This record gives sequence, C-alpha cells and structure tokens, in this order.
Amino acid sequence: MSTMLELARLSHVYGGDHAAIAELSFTVDTGELACIVGPSGCGKSTLLRAIAGLLAPTNGSVFLHGRPVRGVPDDLAVVFQDYSRSLFPWLTVQSNVEFPLRGRVGRTERQDRARFALAQVGLAGAAHKHPQQLSGGMQQRVALARALAYRPSLLLLDEPFASVDAQTRFELEDLLLRVHAEQGTTMLLVTHDIDESVYLGDRVLVLSGSPARVLADLTVDLPRTRDQITTRESEPFVELRSEVARLLRGTPIPVAF
Amino acid sequence: MGHTATRRHRSVRPWGADRERWRPRAALRGLAGVLILLLGWEVVVRAGAVPADYLPPPSVVFPQLVDMLVDPAFLLAVVATVLSWAIALALAVGIAVPAGLALASVHWLRVASGTVVEFLRPIPAVALVPLLVVSIGGGPTTKISLAVFAGLWPILFNTIYAFAEIEPLQVDTAKVFGAGRLRVLTRVALPSVAPFVLTGVRLSAAIGLAVVISAEMLTGAGGGIGQFILAAASGATRMDRVLAGVVVAGVLGYVINAVLERVHRRYFGWQS
Repeated sequence: MSTMLELARLSHVYGGDHAAIAELSFTVDTGELACIVGPSGCGKSTLLRAIAGLLAPTNGSVFLHGRPVRGVPDDLAVVFQDYSRSLFPWLTVQSNVEFPLRGRVGRTERQDRARFALAQVGLAGAAHKHPQQLSGGMQQRVALARALAYRPSLLLLDEPFASVDAQTRFELEDLLLRVHAEQGTTMLLVTHDIDESVYLGDRVLVLSGSPARVLADLTVDLPRTRDQITTRESEPFVELRSEVARLLRGTPIPVAF
Repeated sequence: MGHTATRRHRSVRPWGADRERWRPRAALRGLAGVLILLLGWEVVVRAGAVPADYLPPPSVVFPQLVDMLVDPAFLLAVVATVLSWAIALALAVGIAVPAGLALASVHWLRVASGTVVEFLRPIPAVALVPLLVVSIGGGPTTKISLAVFAGLWPILFNTIYAFAEIEPLQVDTAKVFGAGRLRVLTRVALPSVAPFVLTGVRLSAAIGLAVVISAEMLTGAGGGIGQFILAAASGATRMDRVLAGVVVAGVLGYVINAVLERVHRRYFGWQS
C-alpha cells in the first residue's frame, strides 16, 4: 500500500513555552482508517490543524502524497467536532454540502454530488432544510456529507461524535464504517474515546498527554465488518481496549517509546 | 421549530413560515388597542377634561387628515421628509458599513479613532442644528447631514460587533475546503454580518426619521412634515392640522419599521 500521509518529527509550541505536540512521526497508508486516541487536551486538535494546513508547526513536516504540506492542501477535508458552528446557518443543507464544490465543478455535477452524498448519509429528504432545523446527529451527518461530496484523498475527523448522544454516536460510527468500506477514503480520526478508536480503526495510535508523543501504534486485529454489540463483546476487542486504557493511564509522561 | 413539511416551497423560507403567516387574531387585538386609544381620546375631550382647541378629538383630526392627504402642498411635505430620510439612510449605510469593516479589521485604526468616536457618539444630533444652519443654511442639506450623523452610530457599531462575532470555525471550515481570503469574505464574513448590519439599519432608520422631522421643525426651513407641523402650530393655531401631521409622521415610522422587519425575517430568519 502506498503512503498517503507522513508526519516527520512534527512539533508545535504555543507562545514559546507550551509544547502541544513533540516530535510526532507516523504514516497513514492509502485507504486506511487510522484512529488517534489520547487524553483530553493532549494536543490532538493541534495535530489535526497542522495536518490540515491551518496551523504552521514550529518544527518538523507533514507530507501528503509525498509532498510537503504548506497551506491548506487541495484534496483534504475535515469534519469538526462542533458541527453546529461548522455548518453555515444561512445556507440550506444542500447548499452547505455544495459549498466546497463551488468554483471547482459545474453546477449540475455539484448538485448531483451533493445529492449523492446526502443520500449516502441518509439525509436525502432534508436537502432544503436549514442545519438548525435538524438534530445534532443529523447536523453532523450533513458535515460528513459535505466532506464526502468533496471527495478528498484524506478525510480528517476531529472528535466527530463527541457531541452527540450515545445512540446517535453508534449510528454515526457505523455510518462512517460503511462509507469507508464503500468509498475507501483514507481517514484519520481523532478521539478521546478508547472504545471508539478500537471499534472504528484499522489501527490505533495512542498519544501521551501534553506534549503529545506516540506511545503505541497498534494494529486492530478485528474482522473489517464490525457490529456494535458482537464486536464490542469479542475477546480481541476487550483485550485491545484494555491495552489502550493501560497505556493511557500508566504513562502521563512517557519514559521511552 | 414548528415548521411544517407541507410549506417547503422553494420561495418560502421555512424558518419564516410560522411568523410570516397572517394571524387575524393578533391583528384584531392590535386594532382593538388602537380603537380603545382613539375612543379614550374622544371621550376625554368630549367630557371637557381638556379644551378641544388644544387637543381636538379624533372626530375632528381624522377628517382634517383626509383633507390633507389630497392637498398637494402637504403631500409635497411628506415626499420631502421621506426623500431626505431615504437619502440620509443610504448615506449612513454607505459610510458606516465600510468604516465598520475597516475599524473591525484594522486594530490600530480602531484604537486611533476610539476617543473621537466615543466623544462624537453621545452628541444629540439636534444640538448641532445651530452650527449647521450657520455653516450650510437651513435647506435639505442640513437635515440630511444631521440624520446621517445620528444614523451612523448604530450601523457602525453593529458592523464592528458583527465582524468580531464571526465564527472562527466557519472560517476554518471554508479554508479547509480551499477558500482564499476573498471567498472567506464574500461567502462567510458577509453573510454572517449582514443580519447585524440590518439591525443597525433598522435603528438608524427610526432615528433618522425623528432627526429629519426635528430638524425641519427647528430650522423652520427646507420643507417637510416638521415644517408643516410648525407652521400649523404658529399663527392661527390649528391643532387639528398639527395632530394630523403627527399621525402621518407616526404612520411613516411604523411602516418603515414594519418593512425592514419583514426584510429581516425574510432573509435572515436563520439567525434565530
């Protein structure tokens, strides 16, 4: 498999003394769904912002398709945790999804792609509503559809399901897995939820507390087709989640890795 | 939100469906209030509580109003007031929105202008009447300048405030999807600030009308409803004409506000 994303000794220091991430190095292969799990406030968002080109890291580099990232890369999309502030309230759901395609593809294709993406997330009927008329879970579906319609090579998800209720969260997790299976988009998902990282990932990267370093890079050895009940009670799942939990609890400051 | 799926036509903004619906009950109640006020006014005057010369009852004022509404001189006065008001509002928008944009985005400009703005803003516009009459005369330019001066502030402050309130995550989202500075400005910043700016415009519209009519009255020149009321009040005091003029001014203010409110709901209903 080819490498989609590479981080080389990426560090970021805020205001001269607060190190958010320190010498992070890892790669993500094309088509992979990699999860990054770490304690809250460990610099996960800083990491995603650096990959997305929204923030210039103090040190190190990010490579996408082998090219260094300077500024926002062209074929990358982000789904933010805070869907209600990330969607544009003055646009309809359809226009929100079309937004990234404006000026890139023609009108007809734009509308078709938006409609297709909305159907993919099960929101075909809500195209003419406005985001604030939808529930939180539905709003996050819109944000996901917007990212999918863009057809990015790399989809970054910043705690995408942290602000919805548990039931909706399960639904959205399965939706994401389905889309990943259908579309094969490379995804990098950041979460603080250990179970979610194991349930969703092909791979789990465990980060330490601030400044974030890679504590472990674990392959998730579960069947690709997952189920909210049977997968979560299966032995490999339980073992892996315990391992991640131990890693996160045991080492506030990593000794060696 | 209690929107109904059946009203999802493309021309109908779903958010406004509830409030834009004509509600006869509420309208009837509003009308009842007006009727009670007029009736009370009529009764108080008829009972002799106030001399009818000072406060003519509605039964005298309204026939007078009807006469005035077909009187070309009065209609011309109304046109003069409305025109001055409209020009002043357009100028205030044209100055305050770009100025607000500049002050919001350039920090040192905001700091440098801070003291001057804080000094100018509390000055009541009508206090400047003598200054303007002496310097530029009593014509329409004076009342328009005053209304512009008074109307600048709400638009200016709302614009500055609105720019500070732009959601950073929306800006990031647009950037992630490849938007440059110009696209962020036109597709994110402007739609975000527009409702706030319109709120400022509504305030300025109300203030502007009051200032135009006050200036007409204080200068006694330049035409308009204000001058008409002043003329009716002096000499052979015609309080019926004065009050009819006041009613027209009130209706103007009401209509202006109602129209702008409708515009707000129609285009910026998402804001709630």
